[in-house]
Formats: sequence, structure tokens, C-alpha cells
Amino acid sequence: RSLIGENRINIHGPCTILPRELRQNPLRKIWMPCKNGLPEKHISQRRVCMTNSPTLIVTVGLPARGKTYISKKLTRYLNWIGVPTKEFNVGQYRRECVKIYKSFEFFRPDNEEGLKIRKQCALAALNDVRQYLSVGGGQVAVFDATNTTRERRSTILRFAEQNGYKVFFVESVCEDPDVIAQNIVQVKLGSPDYIDCNTEEAIQDFMKRIKCYENSYQPLDEVLDKDLSYIKVMDVGQRYLVNLVLDHIQSRIVYYLMNIHITPRSIYLCRHGESELNIRGRIGGDSGLSSGGKEFALCLGKFIQEQNIKDLKVWTSQMKRTIQTAEALGMPYEQWKALNEIDAGVCEEMMYEEIQEHYPLEFALRDQDKYRYRYPKGESYEDLVQRLEPVIMELERQENILVICHQAVMRCLLAYFLDKSADELPYLKCPLHTVLKLTPVAYGCKVESIYLNVKAVNTHRDKPENVDISRLPEEALLTVPAHH
Amino acid sequence: MEARRAQIRKRVRCESTASVPQFTNSPTMIVLVGLPARGKTYISKKLTRYLNWIGVPTKVFNVGQYRREAVRSYSNFEFFRPDNEEAMKIRKACALSALKDVSAYFTQDHGQVAVFDATNTTRERREVILSFAKEYGYKVFFVESICDDPEIIAENIKQVKLSSPDYVNCDKDEAVADFLKRIECYKVTYVPLDDDCDRNLSYIKIFNVGSRYLVNRVQDHIQSRIVYYLMNIHVTPRTIYLCRHGESDLNLLGRIGGDSGLSSRGNKFAAALGKYIRSQCIPDLKIWTSHMKRTIQTAEAVGVPYEQWKALNEIDAGVCEEMTYEEIQEHYPEEFALRDQDKYRYRYPKGESYEDLVHRLEPVIMELERQENVLVVCHQAVMRCLLAYFLDKSADELPYLKCPLHTVLKLTPVAYGCKVESVFLNVEAVNTHRDRPVNVSVDRDPMDALLTVPDHS
Repeated sequence: RSLIGENRINIHGPCTILPRELRQNPLRKIWMPCKNGLPEKHISQRRVCMTNSPTLIVTVGLPARGKTYISKKLTRYLNWIGVPTKEFNVGQYRRECVKIYKSFEFFRPDNEEGLKIRKQCALAALNDVRQYLSVGGGQVAVFDATNTTRERRSTILRFAEQNGYKVFFVESVCEDPDVIAQNIVQVKLGSPDYIDCNTEEAIQDFMKRIKCYENSYQPLDEVLDKDLSYIKVMDVGQRYLVNLVLDHIQSRIVYYLMNIHITPRSIYLCRHGESELNIRGRIGGDSGLSSGGKEFALCLGKFIQEQNIKDLKVWTSQMKRTIQTAEALGMPYEQWKALNEIDAGVCEEMMYEEIQEHYPLEFALRDQDKYRYRYPKGESYEDLVQRLEPVIMELERQENILVICHQAVMRCLLAYFLDKSADELPYLKCPLHTVLKLTPVAYGCKVESIYLNVKAVNTHRDKPENVDISRLPEEALLTVPAHH
Repeated sequence: MEARRAQIRKRVRCESTASVPQFTNSPTMIVLVGLPARGKTYISKKLTRYLNWIGVPTKVFNVGQYRREAVRSYSNFEFFRPDNEEAMKIRKACALSALKDVSAYFTQDHGQVAVFDATNTTRERREVILSFAKEYGYKVFFVESICDDPEIIAENIKQVKLSSPDYVNCDKDEAVADFLKRIECYKVTYVPLDDDCDRNLSYIKIFNVGSRYLVNRVQDHIQSRIVYYLMNIHVTPRTIYLCRHGESDLNLLGRIGGDSGLSSRGNKFAAALGKYIRSQCIPDLKIWTSHMKRTIQTAEAVGVPYEQWKALNEIDAGVCEEMTYEEIQEHYPEEFALRDQDKYRYRYPKGESYEDLVHRLEPVIMELERQENVLVVCHQAVMRCLLAYFLDKSADELPYLKCPLHTVLKLTPVAYGCKVESVFLNVEAVNTHRDRPVNVSVDRDPMDALLTVPDHS
């Protein structure tokens, strides 16, 4: 790769580079070089995935080892941090091909018909992977299947090499019968394959299914596979073997996989109690709680006590209103600057009416792309997500936890847990005085919304119909919630 | 007065603002395991530097040092023979002495992590450490380095053993021969951490300088961070270039922060930087800038693709953004004094502290560790933080490190540390370094406060 940029004017004479003009993108407040007034393409923003090649993550393992759980969770995490990722579950392809699942016999290693279909499904899935990575703008594809034979993995490696993809294997190894039984109960019984079976039958059949794979299972080998990049997760994370991590994204994936666990627990998310600035319809700032907010804090304390949660940790931001709320709980809490509300820069402590009056262009740009829009001298939701990543990583490590934060912050955290897209995220409803209780279940998260019955202003502003910069002030202010 | 003092304390320090949430109630002992010349001391020192930088008080206890103090002059490898009873007694006493100091570090000096740097190659020795830790309630995390590549070991011996106090009077070949025999002495009794017998211990095994890792039973946040860090560092030779943006228009006016463009001298510097970088002929150089105009303008002149990191933005001076020091003294004299009292922990109203900056820069450091040749074009406070990491500067020194404009610092990892070359690119610029004044009292005279302000327009 050449060191020389595209702006060489005089190749033979002394090297003079004429620096390009810089323009600040009005939406994201990012300085971009431009020529003749138009932005030029160059590698500008720090993206998580700085690899030039897309990455293919390949799961490996017997059935009921958590491959799909890992695939879905990893995909959710990568998308949240801004790496376009998609999972491809070969079992899904099989279900589409063989409409009705009869029994484990389909998976018998001597069932030639079955093997043919399964191979076809794998190839069809790989084809879709190619579509996604090479044409569809995807950066990471998670190929979720057993991939238990060296032969199958060779096929995948050849495919990746042909297409210029990096391959990273994630193998899950587990021999603990309790863990496997729990896995079957949680996700297999509810599978479309067993929709017409009773529990006993389903378990029996599934155990026989696992047996079909066992004989031909060739785990990743320390010697034979020493040139492959992989992580072996053993006994649900007690132990890891990590081999040849090639780049940044693989390093992040390893770190993430090493921090997640499956111990049952609950995450409680809520905002601070209603604040003085909330009542006046002003955004940001560092005000204290209103009387309603204080009442909420007391109710929150009562609610937490009633929930009788084992070893609950409490986190707040470093802003007065979340700390005041936590204080009412009478429990130790931890302050994180990373949980501070989105910085509205020059718009701090303004009402929406004032933003419209003083910064109508900014106000419109924000409505056009609320996720990427950065306040002048402030932050964007996109910035927030980056700032919150260490919080999410630590949330994964923790067990029972209550996070008292702010509207934009809570939207970001919620989007992570509920797999909401960047478009949906800034409009998620996170009203004051409402606790969201998240409980991981099967492949996702159960949400319970608990309103603690203390009135508060509404701070949710929907996207107005007219987002054009030439719109009338009334159109801009149509969706502003009521306030004093 | 009490209320004001409390307010000052609140602004200046908030208990839980450390980068690492205070989850670990028990102190942690990191115990190295491995034959000589496997990089244990390299890992120990680097890890200690990293942990201290992110705000976790950490200290290395190198048992070899204790041995050198006990046995004033090293004769030869025979000291390390497994049948040398006299020596074994001394070596065990040294280990116990070091453990005693570990305990003192935790209880008296408020240390959080102690790195016990020794071979610890026998199960028996590790048992001694585990019992010690259990008795005092310390967590233990083992870091074992396994390497059988003779080239790596030879390089290691060359880099750090030949210059050891042990070999100060030996010629090169003698030293190498003796050291190899020393390694053999340990091999006889070496029992690596075992998959089965040691399955209840927490550890990471590093194979061949990081091509493979085995991680067992990570107990908590700090161990998880340590594992992540160890998995990202490498020993491939490379160079890191640090510099600030060229002189900016606000620099000329003596104003802090903001997002101004380069002055004409700043532009000259940018061109000079481009020339300098090209003359260095650096293979695969990556260039990083912040999101601020002045660093991007500077990078543009180098003519190589660059990446913008928001995390590299200058410290946010909050309400003091774009002010001169004179104006800060006029409008916020108390803030100005508080800052001089504890520049590392002081947070600007609606802004950041150096402590916050370190936290924000941690992912940058992590990625710098992964990378090879990198040029980072950043800002004064940011550069101070990065430099403090590479040169192991304390929180007290950090905010006063000299990072003048138009000067490139070339950092090359060497032995256990970092070689620094300072390259001034011969384009004049204002001085932006303000020393700590003598009087930091809240009721000081404005003149006392402004004594050390550098000249500006």
C-alpha cells in the first residue's frame, strides 16, 4: 500500500502536498476534506471495524451448546456498536427446505438423503452470506451451524478465501449434563421442530439428535488447526482457548464473549425522578429533583425493597438528579460519568421553542437524522453509544443491577438489550417515573414496564412530519410535549 | 468555610470516577509463572504501567531484585542449581520477604494490585503464595508465559539479560552461555499450570508471545481487563509518533479550547510534518487525528489517509472554553485556584478533568497497543495523557508534562521501557505551557495566579 495520498501535484519536483479544504458536515459536525465545495471520500471516521475485509464468524459445536445464543447476542452487540452484522442460521434453512420435522433420524450420519439436504442448506446460507458481505454492505456475518466436521469447516474456509473474508471460529464445548438439559428446556422445547411433541418425547428425540453428531465431531485441534483464528468457549465460560486473533474486531469479539454469562438475573433501568428543568421543558443541565421527582425516588426505594433482589448493585450518572434519586434508596451506589445525559452543547438548558428560535437549521437537521445528529459543541446519539460501550460491557459481567440514568442514555441501553435499530433508538419511549425490568430469557429479553404512580411531565418529542429546513416554526414545534 | 471546602472536595474528587469501577473490594495479586527469559518482567512492568495509568494503584515485586540485594555479587548459574540447598534457602527467604512487602503495600499503602514477578515454576511455590493470599483475603490471578521458540528466547536474552546487574562484568558470550544453563536449572523442576490439577485457579497462559492464550476462571472486572490488555499487546518492533496540531489561531490569542483552524505558522508546520514523515520512510504508517479542525488540517498536509477519533478531542474546558487565562482568573478565580491545587482531578464546570481524559483515551491506548507504526496528531492535554502512559508518569506529573507545539515525539519501545526522541520541526510557535504557580490558594492575588501564563497576543 502506497504512502502517497491522492493530492500529489508535482511528482518530479520537491514533494509539496496541497492540503485540501475542510468543511464541517452540518449534521454530524465532522470536518471533511472537500474539492470544489464537494466532500471528498477518504477514510475519515473511526469505525470499530477497520479491517478492509469483511469477517465471517463460524460457530462450532454439538447441538445445545449455546451456539445460537452466542450468535444472536454477538450480532446484537456488534450492530449496536455500529458494525453491520447478520446471522445466518442453517437450521432455519433446513426448516424451510424440509417443511416438517419428523424425528432425529433425519440427522443420522448414514441418512444420505438427509446429508444431501443439509449440505445444500449450508451452501444456500453461504450464498446469502456472500450477498450480505460483498453486495449488501454487511461487515460481519455469523454462520450459525454445528460445523462439527473438519470437512465442513474446510468448505467454509475455501469459500471465505475465494471471497476475501477473514474467518473467526467460535467453538462451544460443554459436557455438563445440567447445562445441556437447561438449554434444551429453554430453547429446544419451544422450537418449531417440536411444536407437536410433549416435553418427554421432545427431550428424548433431541438427545438422540445430539448423539448423531457425536461420532463425527472433530473439535478444533490445537495442533491441526494452529493456523486458524478461533476461540474455544469451554463450560459456559469457565475457560477459553484463544488462537491467532488477527485484528481489532476479533479482539473485541473475544473480549465480549469472555464477559457474557448466562446466570439468571434482572436489569432494572429507569430515569432520575422528574427534575426542575423537566417541569420547565428545558433539556440537559444539572438541576435537582422537583417535589414529584423526590416522591418518585421514595417510591423507587419502596419498589426495590419489595422486589427483594439479591445483591443488587445501583449505578447512577454524575448528575445531581440521578444521584438524588439513588440517595433515597438508602443503598450504596456507584457513579459513572459515562452515564451522563447526552451533551446538548449550545442548546443546553434550552426549551425546544428556544432551539427553534435560535437554531432552526440545527433543529431541522436533528429531526432529519436524530441518531447521527450532533449538537454544536455537543454530542450525538452515535457518540453516546460509543461512550456507553464500557457500561454495557460491565452490565454483561454483572448480575442484578439498577441503572438510574437519563432519557437519551436509557434509550441507548434499551436499544442494546432489545435489539433496536439506530433509526428506532432515538424515539424509544422512556417516560419518567417508569422502571423497566429486563430479564434475559431464551434468546432475548423479557421487558416489564412498571409505572410507579407518581405523576410527571412527558419529555418525549416525536419526529414531526415536516423535517425540512424550510419548514414553519409551528410545524417544527408540533410534537413538543406540554410544559410550564 | 466547611461548606465551601466540601464543595471544593466534591468538584476536585469524586470517589467513584476512576476508570475502573471500584468493584474489587479485595486486593489482587498477579502472580507470574514461567522459565527465565519468557517475558515475565516485561509483562509485569507493562501491566503495572497500564493499571496505574487507568487509576488502579499497582506495584511490581520482582523477587530477582530481592535476591540481588541478599546476595550482593552473582557468581554464576550454580546458584540456581536445584540441589544447591544454601541458595534454595536464600531464594525462599527472598520470596517470603517480597510477600511481606506485598502485604504492607496493600494494607499501609492502599495498593490495589501487586504483581509478583518471579519464576514461580513449582507447584510448591505457588501453594505458598496461594496460602498467603488466602490468609489475607487477596485474590490471585496467575499469568504464565510459555515459549519454546529459541529465537524469541535468544532475542530476549540479548535485549534484557546481557545488561542485567548479574552480568555486568561478563563478556557477551559468557553471559549467554551462563544464562542458558540457568534456564536449564529451572526446567528440571518446572511444573506448568495444569488444565486438570489447577482447574480451580484463575489464570491466563500465554503461548509464544501471544499467538495463543488459555484463560481459566476470570473472577472479576479487573481480571477481565487484565486479560483483554494482555491479549492486545505485542512485541513487534514499531514506532509511535506523537505531536500536536500545528499552531492555531486561538493559540496565538492565548485562548484555550475551541475549534479554530491553523495559523500561517501552523500551516508551515503541517507542511514540515509531511516532509518529516515522508523522510522517515515508515512502512504502513497509520495516522490518527481528533475530530477538531486543527488536527485534521495538520494531517491533511501529510497526504496519507487518516482516521478521526472523537476520543482524541482536546479536554473540554466547559464554561472556560475559548477564554484566555486572564479571563478565567477574572470570571472564575476560585475555579482557577482549584485547578492549580489539583490539576489532574480538577474538572472544569460543565467540562472535563485530566482524569476524565484518561478514561476517554483508554480505548485509544488499547488500539495503539494493537497497532504498529502510528502517528497521532492530537492536543496538549491529550498528548500529556498519552505520553504519561508510555513514559509511566504519575498523575501528579502528567498535567505538567512539556508538549510544545511543532515538536514531534518519537517513541520506540526498547527493553522494558520506551526511548523518546524529541524532534522540533523548526517552525516557531507560541508557548502554551503554563507551569504550576507557587501560590495556589483560593484567596491569592490575581497577579500570583497569572505569574506563569505564557505570552500571547
